[in-house]
Amino acid sequence: MDIRVQAAPFDFGAEAGAFAEGHTQAGAIVTFTGVVRGDDSLTRMEIEHYPGMTERALEKIAGQAMDRWALADCLVIHRHGPMVPGEAIMMVATAARHRADAFAAAEFLMDYLKSRAPFWKKEYREGAEDWVAAKDADEAALGRWDGD
Amino acid sequence: MIDVLYFAWVRERIGLPKERIETQAATVADLVEELKAREERYALAFSDLSALRVAVDQDLTDFDAPLAGAREVAFFPPMTGG
Repeated sequence: MDIRVQAAPFDFGAEAGAFAEGHTQAGAIVTFTGVVRGDDSLTRMEIEHYPGMTERALEKIAGQAMDRWALADCLVIHRHGPMVPGEAIMMVATAARHRADAFAAAEFLMDYLKSRAPFWKKEYREGAEDWVAAKDADEAALGRWDGD
Repeated sequence: MIDVLYFAWVRERIGLPKERIETQAATVADLVEELKAREERYALAFSDLSALRVAVDQDLTDFDAPLAGAREVAFFPPMTGG
């Protein structure tokens, strides 16, 4: 389990490659990366977080994924601070014997870190700045992991 | 004494990221009532608790959570990571 919370950009290709090379026995590697969406008027995004709690929350979420699926390992990198459209915000990677576990665990990590890890996005446009509102759908997405 | 932290628009509305408060509040909800009674900016920030989340000692919890022994309480809007 590798959890990194950082302001610095990361190289998605290099991270995905290194993760895969570290798990040559796994059989299945799934990666996801979230990128600042290019939208005509968005000039930049700032991500605030809660140092200390962020790491705790991500470790808890990743630990739950490791317990629930037959994973060899998982990686979570999440940035904070300023970034512009096209820049990677975060990535997850999972390694497992079989793809079903790797895909499910990656989706679980994404669903939980969207609404259970203390990050807040603020969008800057010409003459306006707005905190991104959490979506009901993001909260509802957690429901599918209950009870099975 | 307890450290109270604010994030995102809660921080902006209250005008500071962190403060140390002397309180006898038994629960988070009691602490919120004490803060609201202080000044208009607190009353405004805490006007709709359904729009807020709370963590005690860096674990998400509810507004009826007890504060006995707590060192740190944080208030913030629903999270938007990912």
